[in-house]
Amino acid sequence: MALKKITSVVGKCVSVPGDDIDTDRIIPARFMKCVTFDGLGEFLFYDVRFDENKKPKTHPLNDPKFQSATILLSGNNFGCGSSREHAPQAIYRYGIRAVVAEGFAEIFFGNSTTLGMPCVSASRQDIQTIRDIIEKNPNAELTIDLVNQKLQIEGKTFSCSLRESARNALINGRWDAIGELLEAPEQVDAVAGKLPYVTAA
Amino acid sequence: MSKTLFQKVWDAHAVRQLANGQTQLFIGTHLIHEVTSPQAFAMIREMALKVRYPHRTFATVDHIVPTDQVAEPFSDSLADAMIKELRKNCKEFGVTFFDRSTGKQGIVHIVGPEQGITQPGTTIACGDSHTSTHGAFGAIAFGIGTSQVRDVLATQTMAIGPLKVRRINVNGKLAPGVYAKDVILHIIRKLGVNGGTGFAYEYGGSVFDNFTMEERMTVCNMSIEGGARVGYVNPDQTTFNYLKDRPHSPKGKAWDDAVTRWQFFVSDSDAKYDDVVNFKAEEIEPTVTWGINPGQAIFINETIPSVEKSEEAEKASIAEALEHMKFQGGEPIKGKKIDVAFIGSCTNARLGDFVEVSKYLQGRHVAAGIKAIAVPGSQIVAEQCKQKGIDKIFSEAGFEWREAGCSMCLAMNPDKLIGDQLCASSSNRNFKGRQGSPTGRTILMSPVMVAAAAVTGQVSDAREVFKNGKH
Ligand code: SF4
Repeated sequence: MALKKITSVVGKCVSVPGDDIDTDRIIPARFMKCVTFDGLGEFLFYDVRFDENKKPKTHPLNDPKFQSATILLSGNNFGCGSSREHAPQAIYRYGIRAVVAEGFAEIFFGNSTTLGMPCVSASRQDIQTIRDIIEKNPNAELTIDLVNQKLQIEGKTFSCSLRESARNALINGRWDAIGELLEAPEQVDAVAGKLPYVTAA
Repeated sequence: MSKTLFQKVWDAHAVRQLANGQTQLFIGTHLIHEVTSPQAFAMIREMALKVRYPHRTFATVDHIVPTDQVAEPFSDSLADAMIKELRKNCKEFGVTFFDRSTGKQGIVHIVGPEQGITQPGTTIACGDSHTSTHGAFGAIAFGIGTSQVRDVLATQTMAIGPLKVRRINVNGKLAPGVYAKDVILHIIRKLGVNGGTGFAYEYGGSVFDNFTMEERMTVCNMSIEGGARVGYVNPDQTTFNYLKDRPHSPKGKAWDDAVTRWQFFVSDSDAKYDDVVNFKAEEIEPTVTWGINPGQAIFINETIPSVEKSEEAEKASIAEALEHMKFQGGEPIKGKKIDVAFIGSCTNARLGDFVEVSKYLQGRHVAAGIKAIAVPGSQIVAEQCKQKGIDKIFSEAGFEWREAGCSMCLAMNPDKLIGDQLCASSSNRNFKGRQGSPTGRTILMSPVMVAAAAVTGQVSDAREVFKNGKH
């Protein structure tokens, strides 16, 4: 399966600040009553974006100046809590193509990588600087260079990082593992054969 | 060379190294449920793939089932479509489904152990972050996303990198009224909600040695709340006794062979850990959360943290939590008036939880105006409670006794908070909106503490409320 090599992501940013933003907040559970991921994008951060009467509240994602953003900025431990892939799916389907945060919860990080949506970590201070820049100029474009692990915006450069296995998978077009996992059925059978542990009732 | 259980299980299940450096890891047992599997089945169908080892996959339905209605169709048509979809997928791909009609349905993390499917030295995956629960048996159990559910269905393997191992010892003796739930809330409070990122937590020490399997499950369940994707306890005689004669446990000679095999899967006494943390059991008191993540917890007799007195890095999150919870910094948590009491979830809805609470509920009644619901974690737990007359004790005390499911743990079914109701809950997450109302408020605590809150109508120290002991 040939996948796109994702060596960089370039786009405008929107910032949803805060630490420990959990996947229940990213996509409230009631929107997971579905058998496909279609249409999840419109419910992204629903309960912080809309009030009980479905009226938009003040929220960066509702701000007209950030409507064409494709990169999401946030704080530490982003995506903690439930393992729901509905969370990265909602972010992706909303139109976001990369997340820059101080740190990520593990399952969220893996789920996002599998969608080809890089999650890169940067320092609190650097993220704040980027936030200040886009606040003044929402059209400023951020470049996430995954090869050199650098962020660039308005002539400023910051370092960023992501787990090597994910970086390698993204830049080499192997971020969705299924193709590779299907390659070695005999080896899988060999391991399975040594592990006869589940007994029929 | 000496190894941890984690390394031994990993080595036994590693298929090969992948190009990006991750490992293709064989998954011995795959558990699925209705929320995170339909898209995965759709994907394998689209790719013209099959379920590679259908007999290693088990399904149940838990998140969306109404707990006050068994008849179908469900009044919620979306929920109804989901259960039907799972039924269809299991039938098409030959997967065992513990549907409601089998009498074995329940929360996936309760069903696996109960059926003897969860076994030591195995790898388990499930599209649910609380899969860590199964680590109580000395399994390495991963919560995974839907694309990985697809991978496991199609190949019985997944791509993953190794984890570091942190040994967490709790030694000593827990005081009366201090439960497994308090132990894990305390650990998360001390190590932080992201303290476990990149780690598997290995729990040990005399407290764990003396814990029942159910108590071990309560702790392992919430590993993910501490950021650790995996949590486990080394298997021992308690583990084997629990598994003996379960429907899917090996029988006869196969049982003896299995026990021999399982005994290998324990950390060697001189195993090297990436980190070791020690706690004293005597220091732990009944613990409750006051904020919007499980690490924002205090002992019942402590006061709620204030923004002014906290460290700079925490000020913003404390302010946000206080605002949501409508609490003031510096106030006691004890005495906060509750609206709802919920005993249920994969953390605390096993037989032992209901038995323990029932000892205190006899002859007592839920305070006026409090909605109290008790939701057994599985149909089997419900049946066992019925046989012991425990359902009656709960009902007579004013609890609504419900059918098995996830219920108000995440409110994907009709059990929800309304407006900014405050809920004393035995579940595992107090995130904003978790219990179904965006402004709803959750305080996590042990089931006995929930019962104390229910009978007094306020957050209480169960040791005081029930000081006259068991009726
Ligand atoms: S009880 Fe709660 S935490 Fe457990 S599986 Fe159900 S929704 Fe998830």
